[in-house]
Amino acid sequence: MPLIDIQGLDVTFGSGAQLVRAVRGVSLQVGQGEAYGIVGESGSGKSTVLRAICALAPTSAGSIRIDGETLSAPRPAAFYRRVQMVFQDPYASLHPRHTVDRVLAEPLAIHGFSNTESRIEQALDDVGLGKGFRFRYPHQLSGGQRQRVAIARALILEPKILLLDEPTSALDASIQAEVLNLLDRIRAERGLTYVLVSHDLAVVAHMCDRLMVMQHGQAVETLTRADLQAARATKPYTQALLIASEGYIRSGARA
Amino acid sequence: MTPLLFVDNLRITFPTRAGPSEVVRGVSFTLGRERLGIVGESGSGKSQTGRALLGLTPPPGVATADRLEFDGIDLRQATPATWRSLRGIRISMVMQDPKYSLNPVMTIGTQIVEAYRTQKGGARHAARDRAMAMLEAVQIRDPKRVFNAYPHELSGGMGQRAMIAMMLITEPDLLIADEPTSALDVTVQLEVLAILDRLVTDRGMGLIFISHDLRLVSTFCDRVLVMYAGRIVEELQATDLAHARHPYTQGLFTCLPQIKGNTRPLKTLLRDQAWAT
Repeated sequence: MPLIDIQGLDVTFGSGAQLVRAVRGVSLQVGQGEAYGIVGESGSGKSTVLRAICALAPTSAGSIRIDGETLSAPRPAAFYRRVQMVFQDPYASLHPRHTVDRVLAEPLAIHGFSNTESRIEQALDDVGLGKGFRFRYPHQLSGGQRQRVAIARALILEPKILLLDEPTSALDASIQAEVLNLLDRIRAERGLTYVLVSHDLAVVAHMCDRLMVMQHGQAVETLTRADLQAARATKPYTQALLIASEGYIRSGARA
Repeated sequence: MTPLLFVDNLRITFPTRAGPSEVVRGVSFTLGRERLGIVGESGSGKSQTGRALLGLTPPPGVATADRLEFDGIDLRQATPATWRSLRGIRISMVMQDPKYSLNPVMTIGTQIVEAYRTQKGGARHAARDRAMAMLEAVQIRDPKRVFNAYPHELSGGMGQRAMIAMMLITEPDLLIADEPTSALDVTVQLEVLAILDRLVTDRGMGLIFISHDLRLVSTFCDRVLVMYAGRIVEELQATDLAHARHPYTQGLFTCLPQIKGNTRPLKTLLRDQAWAT
């Protein structure tokens, strides 16, 4: 049985003439311990799928099941102990006037965890920051360090599923490599399940076993990593994305 | 061919509480009518270098150079009047994000017409025709709609094309593009680059392309400068990137995940203190 099972998901915003169908009939299954990627351009609805899982976006039709259970809205607290999300922009997702310590202590307090002290220190060690960062504010950290704090905040509740919304697109290439390695290592150590959203085909190909390509709110096709590496894309849109990820081709060289 | 631009020992300093901080430290290069890429991470001084060429170093920063010359004009001694005759007319700049660099309360058409008439004058309807033609030249399918639209009514790719149209309507000799495609989707990115490519080739313009994306720059430009901590650590032909000698350039290239690669974990960049000195 798949751990995450989404059937015919629709997300709509607004009504009447202003109706926007952000996600239209998307279905996907993610197995336990798998890394699943969603690729698409801005406005393709890829982030909205993740947000719908967390009830940050309304589900208009279809069902989302985690471990066989249909989710109720609003999600119960227990849901967030199993499913956590890491957002795109570490400059916006951390409270500017909360120290790292306070950022990490809050989810622990909400979910009634004990021995807060040791958990915070452990979480910082896990993401390679160390105790020295505990009482800093976000403005005292670089982009990569902030994203590590955001990952630590997600991991501190010991979730089983991590939803990653463009976790590295705000970071430099060299920092991106470090964060991707960190995510890879944590998944291997803890047997986590990832759903990773990115516009960068190479990042998804590196991290994920299977991926879905989305366009205009719909699933275009589903591929495995091997398909992608052998460029076995059947839909023209996926082929265009594959070509685009190779870089620019001069008009002279193209002919 | 005589170079268009000489930059020799460019230094940009910002005063801080801990004393002056030099963000660009002795950058030198010349530019002909070619595509030059400047690559580096955030904070490497690549954008500040681009801005200094237009005299746009934000105060209290100070830019100094042994030589800073554009087509025989010494930019170090340039008066405000000289700058006005250069900026947007002979040297244009395309900024990263069209959302912040277009005027939100003017229609696209008005902004382009204003840019054109400030320099060339002439009748309003002539300027309007030129603007329409320019919007068509940057592959906007419905120029009339875009002409009458406000920036918030356009997508990112469309806004960036309008921005490029506005910068090129005065037919500059040099275009500085600071991350012109970073805010765009990959497929749109390639379309915008194709437009720039064609305009550079057709008009024989010089182009400085500033980007953090080494892969993109190496496929688009003729020559690449790699910057680290305010210095140029390596200059190379774009086609030779795979044979880069400096460990920073090599590291920057190998840390990118590849669709066909299976390196796990990814190589990370080990920084050497010596690179910065």
